[in-house]
Amino acid sequence: MSATQIQSPRSGGAKVGSNRIAPQYRRTGGSKGNFEMLAWLFMRLSGVVLVVLIFGHLTVNLLVGEGIHAIDFGFVAGKWADPFWQVWDLAMLWLAMLHGTNGVRTIINDYAEKDATRLWLKIVLYAATTVIIILGTMVIFTFDPCPVVNGVQLPGGFCPSP
Amino acid sequence: MTAELAEPASKIELPAHIGGGGDIPSFDVHLRVRRYNPEVSDESTWDDFHVTMYGTDRVLDALHKIKWEIDGSVSFRRSCAHGVCGSDAMRINGRNRLACKTLLKDLDTSKPITVEPIKGLPVEKDLIVDMEPFFQSFREVMPFLINRGHEPTKERLQSAEDRERFDDTTKCILCAACTSSCPVFWTDGQYFGPAAIVNAHRFIFDSRDDAGDMRLEILNDKEGVWRCRTTFNCTEACPRGIQVTQAIAEVKQAILSRKI
Repeated sequence: MSATQIQSPRSGGAKVGSNRIAPQYRRTGGSKGNFEMLAWLFMRLSGVVLVVLIFGHLTVNLLVGEGIHAIDFGFVAGKWADPFWQVWDLAMLWLAMLHGTNGVRTIINDYAEKDATRLWLKIVLYAATTVIIILGTMVIFTFDPCPVVNGVQLPGGFCPSP
Repeated sequence: MTAELAEPASKIELPAHIGGGGDIPSFDVHLRVRRYNPEVSDESTWDDFHVTMYGTDRVLDALHKIKWEIDGSVSFRRSCAHGVCGSDAMRINGRNRLACKTLLKDLDTSKPITVEPIKGLPVEKDLIVDMEPFFQSFREVMPFLINRGHEPTKERLQSAEDRERFDDTTKCILCAACTSSCPVFWTDGQYFGPAAIVNAHRFIFDSRDDAGDMRLEILNDKEGVWRCRTTFNCTEACPRGIQVTQAIAEVKQAILSRKI
């Protein structure tokens, strides 16, 4: 003989209360690892460094010397001939891209309601980021102001004649 | 034998010249209450009520008047009605507050006062929401004292300074005003929410508790403290004046200093 079992209204399932909670509110259980913490930390640190890099960039390009009137192809070519500015611009490119990507990633996490939407938006975001970072890095390191194609100098007023 | 019993003072009609605190001003209030009844319709609707209330009345009194005198089907939770039990958190004029702590005279009575259920939790009827998802994350942070040392013969002693460290977060009454004001919680309900973090903070910074590391590990989750965007909605919504966003920031710092 078994006593009649009366289920208490909030029990059931492996987890207390889980069968009472609508599926969209049920917590899916978190993920281990420190990724979110590192992402949070990176946002703060890269933000501080970017303030220095970007204001340095703007000052040197727009204010120092002849200021905004000095900017042309030759000015950029001159800057990238110097390893100091190559490293400066490279750091700015990578930090700004990763900082921005992480920001958009959190916005997608906050605003996308469906997992599929979230996935697709992130695929587009990461693809765009990868292309821009690789392209930018290649430009900084392989930039040649006086390219010679098939032995012919491409037009450019400031290049020394061969 | 008949004895002349003195009436209680409150029942004696006071002569006019004695006077009290003066007449309490009365005014007409227009309340727009969000109604939802799943047995009738899946859609929520607004119901309008006009009641005459007094300067000492709160939104809860207006809801009582509506329920008791106009429409008995209006449903809402309330228990103590004095801002202690945390049952009657609702969205009043777009802000999360306790109906029992919001005086009508402090609101703009020239316009309709909107009363809605708190957002982000499933509505069961009218102003009543299912609090179970809220308590789910509350339970996950283990909001109870865990002490691995020997049990003392008397109470567990603590210095006044150690007690002060987490004093602010002991004030929580679990009304869910903060969690249901958080835009990150509204998205998918996966974020732990401010209330769970506040209650974890209460034990993480308690010198008598030994499970702080476990709680910090739980809150280092993908849906943990790092989803906080410091919009301060929770701090603004808290009827107990807890500095919720600051408490979350302190938990973030505790996780960082433990990991790095």
